Amino acid sequence: MTEKLVVIGAGMASGRMLEHLFDADPGAYDVTLFGAEPRGNYNRIMLSPVLAGEKTYEEIVTHDANWYAEHGVNCQFGKTVTKIDRNAKTVFADGVETPYDKLVIATGSAPFIIPIAGKDLPGVMAFRDLDDVNNMVAAAEKPGAKAVVIGGGLLGLEAAAALNNRGMDVVVLHLMGHLMERQLDPAAGYLLEKELESRGIKIHCKAQTKAILGEERVEAVLLEDGTVYDADLVVMAVGIRPETRIATDAGIAVERGIVVDDAMQTSDPDILALGECVEHNGMVYGLVAPLYDMAKVAAKTLTGAEAAFKPVQTATQLKVTGVNLYSAGDFAEAEDREEIVLRDAAAGVYKRVVLKEDKIVGAVLYGETGDGAWFFDLLKRAEPITEMRDTLIFGQAYQGGAQLDPTAAVAALPDDAEICGCNGVCKSTITGAIAEKGLTSLDDVRAHTKASASCGSCTGLVEKLLMATLGDAYNPAAIQPMCPCTELGHDEVRRLIVAKELKSIPAVMQELEWKTSCGCAKCRPALNYYLVATWPGEYEDDNQSRFINERVHANIQKDGTYSVVPRMFGGLTNPRELRAIADVADKFNIPTVKVTGGQRIDLLGVKKEDLPGVWADLNAAGMVSGAAYAKGLRTVKTCVGSDWCRFGTQDSTGLGVRIEKFMWGAWTPAKVKMAVSGCPRNCAEATCKDVGVVCVDSGYEIHFAGAAGLDIKGTEVLCHAKTEDEAMEIIVALVQLYREQGRYLERIYKWARRVGSDSIKANIVEDTEKRRYYYERFVYSQKFAQVDPWEERVNGKDAHEFAAMAEFGMPQAAE
Amino acid sequence: MNDWVEIGKLSDIPRRGARCVKTPLGKIAVFRTATDEVFAIDDQCPHKGGPLSQGIVHGAQVTCPLHNWVFSLETGEAQGADEGAVRTFALRLDGEKIFMDANILLAVAAE
Ligand code: SRM
Ligand SMILES: Cc1cc2nc3c(=O)[nH]c(=O)nc-3n(C[C@H](O)[C@H](O)[C@H](O)COP(=O)(O)OP(=O)(O)OC[C@H]3O[C@@H](n4cnc5c(N)ncnc54)[C@H](O)[C@@H]3O)c2cc1C
Ligand code: SF4
Ligand code: FES
Repeated sequence: MTEKLVVIGAGMASGRMLEHLFDADPGAYDVTLFGAEPRGNYNRIMLSPVLAGEKTYEEIVTHDANWYAEHGVNCQFGKTVTKIDRNAKTVFADGVETPYDKLVIATGSAPFIIPIAGKDLPGVMAFRDLDDVNNMVAAAEKPGAKAVVIGGGLLGLEAAAALNNRGMDVVVLHLMGHLMERQLDPAAGYLLEKELESRGIKIHCKAQTKAILGEERVEAVLLEDGTVYDADLVVMAVGIRPETRIATDAGIAVERGIVVDDAMQTSDPDILALGECVEHNGMVYGLVAPLYDMAKVAAKTLTGAEAAFKPVQTATQLKVTGVNLYSAGDFAEAEDREEIVLRDAAAGVYKRVVLKEDKIVGAVLYGETGDGAWFFDLLKRAEPITEMRDTLIFGQAYQGGAQLDPTAAVAALPDDAEICGCNGVCKSTITGAIAEKGLTSLDDVRAHTKASASCGSCTGLVEKLLMATLGDAYNPAAIQPMCPCTELGHDEVRRLIVAKELKSIPAVMQELEWKTSCGCAKCRPALNYYLVATWPGEYEDDNQSRFINERVHANIQKDGTYSVVPRMFGGLTNPRELRAIADVADKFNIPTVKVTGGQRIDLLGVKKEDLPGVWADLNAAGMVSGAAYAKGLRTVKTCVGSDWCRFGTQDSTGLGVRIEKFMWGAWTPAKVKMAVSGCPRNCAEATCKDVGVVCVDSGYEIHFAGAAGLDIKGTEVLCHAKTEDEAMEIIVALVQLYREQGRYLERIYKWARRVGSDSIKANIVEDTEKRRYYYERFVYSQKFAQVDPWEERVNGKDAHEFAAMAEFGMPQAAE
Repeated sequence: MNDWVEIGKLSDIPRRGARCVKTPLGKIAVFRTATDEVFAIDDQCPHKGGPLSQGIVHGAQVTCPLHNWVFSLETGEAQGADEGAVRTFALRLDGEKIFMDANILLAVAAE
């Protein structure tokens, strides 16, 4: 029988270990993976860019549900293991007992919380997981919100820069005399401090925190010297402690971390441990590179192979956009050490290399870090530098006579030079993969070698390697092609459709030299949309290029049945409609009737052949398709507004209905959801929609670019309108601009981020003529769009979709 | 010996589209490509049972409507990094008429 492997902790170390394990021997174990967080493994180090709003959570997921399913991992996420019973060989989580043959502990670290008064107040948090990030993002939403970050180390500064990026007032309290004292010398710390202060972050060094003040939630932070900083949010980033509690309770040897040998074995031969929770030869680790080495070793140990963990030096980079900082090794001053320093005050550059017996033992680079990898390589290989000592500090380009350009310098690195510290990928692995697998882009390299796929700070090096290896064939500025069928990007294709007056998919493919005969499932729906949007009334929709939902005007379900959602304009319905829905559910045995999150009713589990019948009955009661499947206008949610509500300032329901009646049927690059709230209490949740309206006494506040699905983002205010008519014109023009500029599948908030809110405002708010122009183009295109697709099909359109071509009964007994 | 049964006409299926043939024990999806080739495969994705007849057809391939696996209509094999395959069934095109091997229909039914 297959042995049972239980893994505690679904973090970066165990995730990497499982990858190696499945690579080496996919069937070796039945794996059960416990994770205290309610999600699988993601790239924790990228939480900083997520916090800064530069990346989304989805972009940093390393193992998704598919991955776990493919490898048959039994995922127990959101479950904390509370006890290990080593005699019975089981673990307990939520009172449920799970047996193991082999156990792996990879519980990471717990953030250290300074034991001071007020540490438990709401609003005080650590920076360790996605929930922390979400909480911080929520706190940053409040206009004028203030944050105090305790701890001026790597983590604290990444948090501070990110929160500052989100518009918060940020103060950093740091106990020591200069920032990041473990990685930086005072001079580099000073430059960093200056840079952060220039961004408006206040840095307070030698700050002893005395207490966190507040009644219901955090209000301020008090220092020993009496200084008080107001705070809506306090982030504690003062250090981490290996998370060893369950191991200690189980009587496994624990010192600072869970003690492991070279093979990652704990004091119990059936239990392994790895990651930040362990201690190896008296050392604990807090950066991923050594943890990934542990992961390799642990996977080997689990498959019975020999392997030993050898700690290597690590280098650190601060992941704050616009700050270049690199440090490696040991740079403390000592008698037997010498140093070489280069300063360029004007350029804000500082470089310091520390030498011992003619070898590099440490390096700190600020402002210009391109040579980091080269110094680090010399350091790790303990290369004597006597010969290049005079020019050493100028970097690799100045060695060996002729000055090298940066690409040539990377090309000149030795084959075993480490390029990606996080993933331990050396130069020859990358150049080898480029050559063998024909890689041509950064994404390719990431996919095949993992280089630059973690913290991304080696991206520049990888690009230079691509350049050095591929020469002119590599073009980093190249636009992302729409799909593998073409070299052209979305914008280019749209531009050419207009410029060359291309009016059919074959015409586009012919004129723009598509590489496949009839495209693929990615480009065809996009082209179909671009043509529909560009040539209303002229272009004949290509049904076969639409995703099934838009082809049959219902949503496909996991079992191949469909769901049917009729429109309820502005969320309003009446007894006649409700009766028709009830009758149709009875008549066609529809198993589930559900109120959706969009203020209307969903009939789920309809057989495909029944669709026309269901629609006929709904049409008869005056209902049309709700387009719940469409890259088009979905819902316009409303609240009861001034008709009923004691706070309502305008007729929000009426405006919602008016918008939906005016705009239904329009195709858009991605779905468009709207809402109208009658007052700033915002019961229709207008401030997380693609377009939202918040009614106020003086008129209508028009919002846009919100999101509440994969990303959560509050809207931005577009402008204020005095009358309903003005509001209508603005909303319609905005959507039309989006229809003309948006890339297929790009929601409004992403489009706005790409083109910039200013350019949108310039077209829609500041220039009323342009606004009118877009408004009228929308009105024109609606002439051809407001046809109920259900009615068309009830009347026989696309009948082939709803019936089998042939049917064979039970066969005669075969002889 | 093949025993061909007519299942329909080429024009019954839209170009770059598919129709189903129902058999007592499951559906077979019949595809027509842009160049009027026809193919028949199981109407059930090996991933999670998605109805392949509802996918987008491109070249001699179809993309499953549920999670976008791509299958070759010729070999039934999943393309790219995904692994799996569906059964393919022989068809014969005679002018407008499409024929399927009756033995296959029986075999499918008898399984
Ligand atoms: C039915 C409904 C859930 C419910 O029972 O309430 C629903 C059901 C589906 N949603 Fe949704 N969403 C529903 C409201 C929402 C909402 C809430 C809202 O609209 O106020 C959201 C968050 C708001 C937003 O979109 O920003 C929402 C965010 C998503 C997303 C994430 C979109 C994103 O860009 O982040 C997807 C995935 C996608 O579109 O790619 C999605 C996709 C889906 C799909 C279409 C999944 C699919 O591709 O098959 C589901 C179709 C089921 C069906 O057949 O009806 N659904 N979905 C809701 C239908 C509303 C309606 O009346 O039309
Ligand atoms: C914001 C941030 C930025 C960082 N930046 C960098 C960087 O630039 N470079 C770098 O090298 N490193 C960086 N790090 C450090 C790096 O993320 C960690 O070293 C690494 O994640 C540790 O991996 P791990 O698997 O040991 O622990 P983790 O990734 O923390 O995983 C442990 C998991 O176990 C779970 N767990 C704990 N106890 C239990 C239990 N009893 N039952 C079930 N589950 C449990 C935890 O919830 C957690 O999900 C950063 C960390 C953070 C937070
Ligand atoms: S959240 Fe939306 S997409 Fe996800 S399962 Fe529910 S209905 Fe489906
Ligand atoms: S069911 Fe076909 S791809 Fe998932």
